[in-house]
Amino acid sequence: MKKKILIYTLLIIASLTFLYPFYWMIVASLAPESEIGSLTFLPTSFSWNSYTQMFSKIPIGKAFFNSMITATITTAGVITFSSMVGYALAKMEFKGRQTIFYIIIFTMTLPFQITLIPNYITMVKLGLVDTYAALIIPFMLNAFAILMFRQAFMTIPQALIDAARIDGCSEVRIIFQVLFPNIIPTIVTVGILSFMNSWNEVLWPLIVIRDENLMTMPQMVTLFSVGGRSEAQLGVKLAAAVVLALPIMIAYAFFQKYFIQSMASSGIKE
Amino acid sequence: MQMNKKWLPYILVSPYILHFIVFVAFPVLFSLVLTFHEWNIISPMKYTGLSNYTKMFNDRMFWKSLTNTFKFLIIHIPLQIVVSLALAEFLNQNIKMKGFFRAAFFLPVIVSGVVVTILWQQLFGFDSGLFNRMLISIGFEKVGWLIDPKIAMGSIAIMATWKNVGLYVILFLVGLQTVPVHYYEAASIEGASHWQKFRKITLPMINPTIFMVVILSTIGGFSLFIEPYIMTGGGPLSSTMSSVLYIYKQAFQYFHMGYSVTLGFFFAMLILGVVVIQKKYIEQGDD
Repeated sequence: MKKKILIYTLLIIASLTFLYPFYWMIVASLAPESEIGSLTFLPTSFSWNSYTQMFSKIPIGKAFFNSMITATITTAGVITFSSMVGYALAKMEFKGRQTIFYIIIFTMTLPFQITLIPNYITMVKLGLVDTYAALIIPFMLNAFAILMFRQAFMTIPQALIDAARIDGCSEVRIIFQVLFPNIIPTIVTVGILSFMNSWNEVLWPLIVIRDENLMTMPQMVTLFSVGGRSEAQLGVKLAAAVVLALPIMIAYAFFQKYFIQSMASSGIKE
Repeated sequence: MQMNKKWLPYILVSPYILHFIVFVAFPVLFSLVLTFHEWNIISPMKYTGLSNYTKMFNDRMFWKSLTNTFKFLIIHIPLQIVVSLALAEFLNQNIKMKGFFRAAFFLPVIVSGVVVTILWQQLFGFDSGLFNRMLISIGFEKVGWLIDPKIAMGSIAIMATWKNVGLYVILFLVGLQTVPVHYYEAASIEGASHWQKFRKITLPMINPTIFMVVILSTIGGFSLFIEPYIMTGGGPLSSTMSSVLYIYKQAFQYFHMGYSVTLGFFFAMLILGVVVIQKKYIEQGDD
């Protein structure tokens, strides 16, 4: 019994360690600027002041839109293309299949630091700097998603595919109409991971986007925070951070289980 | 129709092949070429032989950035393993509200690193940051979390641990659940203590998970960028200049593309080397 109480105490302290800073961030963003330095639980009054100032200084609404477009198209692309490749690798016989599989494994181990600057140069030469395409195309396919789909398709009985073929389905229809309903968990996992990675990515946008009208949310909040425009006002910086965190937090509140499962499976990729 | 069938697999994998050529194969080969050139993107490339490499070996700031990155890893990895394993071990007991605790630990994992960094920059504040206010209230001196060159990297490592620990808790939980219950029961009959059971049964059984966590946090640690970029800009006295931040600065502040690519190439090889050594060690451990 004593042991149980100890464990609960430690777990509660641990969860406060993870939750309280977020609580503090939200409350501080709503507190008068002069009180943030002494705030622990509640300010004397609440105001939207930090938010109205932040909205007047940066086009955060536009950035939200840009992030939304980028993450949605990237996710759709990853699901479409990676499932096609995964299907070919899992269910079709062709020359070079093994080679492609090894290439995919190889790219997974290749550190991004080696391709970062050359990829920027490619974007410059293709004239894609300051376009949505620069944010989307490099991320439209990834090795991990292909392997996830390959794995999922391998568990599907060949009989299902043969039956669809006899019915005269094209392979593309087999993938998207016959097989997709059978691999929903994989689609959800790949979807959540791609959306989250795209939404949270910040180094690449910092490199390829200079035009404020095309900036993603994390990029804009980063530049706002390090640049002079927040005028060292803590409340305004925190308000920007809250607005950046909120969409993912809301999604997390509803689909918490899926988020945790997806992220865990991305860890256990080997 | 027959023709179509034969080509179909190639059509299906063609987006990947194209993507691989443009974003992986070409950049890797091109960066190898670029390491022998000086280039600012705009004017023509200039062949400079090995000068980028000699410059790199004499570039004290680059070596400092590597030392900084390793310093980060040396604090981050053990801390990460101890904290996440402890939390997973607690969660693996027969307790209520498991889902709540898990969700709470996991929250920082899903939130953007930008949010976490802006938040912790305030918490680490010297004069009115929450941590220093807490220290003062219990009678300690203020700590220069981000302004003391000796501890700034340690502070960032603590923050990174806080951000990622939830993911590793879940991975360890999965690992812990693979340990057969009857091992513990047998040990209990023999009169083993909790600590003995943990050391003799749990630790050896979850060894694969520990190594996976080591490799994942090594790769994550080598990517350290946005945290120092926002919090310190690499300071104070370059004590938090990470290698990725330095490579970024070489490319986009000074426009030394050739040099920056050389650093990226070398750094990537170093990462591969470290990960290969870690994997070798794992395979030996498995025997």
